[in-house]
Amino acid sequence: MDRFSMSSPKLDPVRPRPPLPSTVVKDDESALVAAAKGGDISAFETLVGRYERKIFRLAQNITQNREDAEDAMQESFLKAYEHLDEFQGNSRFYTWLVRIAVNQALMKLRRRRPNVVSLDQEVDTGEDMMPREVEDWGPSPEDRYGQTELAGILGKVIGELDPPFRIVFQLRDIEELSTEETAEALGLSVPAVKSRLLRARLKLREKLNQYFRRGEHS
Amino acid sequence: MKCKAIINELADYLDEALDPTLRASIEQHLGNCKDCRVVVDTCQKTIQIFCNSEPAPLPEDTRERLHEALLRRLRLRKSPDSQRA
Repeated sequence: MDRFSMSSPKLDPVRPRPPLPSTVVKDDESALVAAAKGGDISAFETLVGRYERKIFRLAQNITQNREDAEDAMQESFLKAYEHLDEFQGNSRFYTWLVRIAVNQALMKLRRRRPNVVSLDQEVDTGEDMMPREVEDWGPSPEDRYGQTELAGILGKVIGELDPPFRIVFQLRDIEELSTEETAEALGLSVPAVKSRLLRARLKLREKLNQYFRRGEHS
Repeated sequence: MKCKAIINELADYLDEALDPTLRASIEQHLGNCKDCRVVVDTCQKTIQIFCNSEPAPLPEDTRERLHEALLRRLRLRKSPDSQRA
């Protein structure tokens, strides 16, 4: 048996798509949204408190600029409140909020880099995607770093991706929108989302390799 | 299947969006190809690390500005005078 003729792969189960929110959480959120629609400011503030960190990170990852991220976050929550009546409850409130925040963050990014960011343009994903570096990371690579250090690494490597790839990865793999929701939010086709996502995942894997490969930082 | 075909199907494989026949072919290949197995495994870990990462707490001054902006807007909205203005 050569070294490649091994038994069946012993991979961790593939990460399942996120489960639907529990009834309790959903009901709690629905109740908060309903109260906020009725003018209950504290209910809306509870929703803001629940999601402000995630929305700020999303805006920061898209804009790569702290001031723009803060503005985008503020405007997102204000817009959400103004348009709360339009939220029909067909999706999670957070998914709806993410779509608002993506639009606000993209506006900031486009204002700063008008010639660079056009999400609906064809992007070249056709170059050879075969990974160049193939090294195992060991079982729990993230345990090697403290939480702050890890957050710094993740922020750095995602910031190095071009916006079309970075934003698709952000929505699909960090915010956990479905492929269809991501396509709709960005005005892209489903195949375009899939090809950008594949490219983004492979690029990030490669960038993280320097931090997580076996023997590194151990 | 060849390694290149595995990479092309990787996103759908990781998302469990492949039909069972194609999935079985990929898993058969992974059983025999250590390089592809490592790529799949490290890609899964890449997604998990990002997905599991907690956002940093909002800086206090950022949070204050957010809540001030919200309160200003919400009060304006509730005020009948401002609605008539």
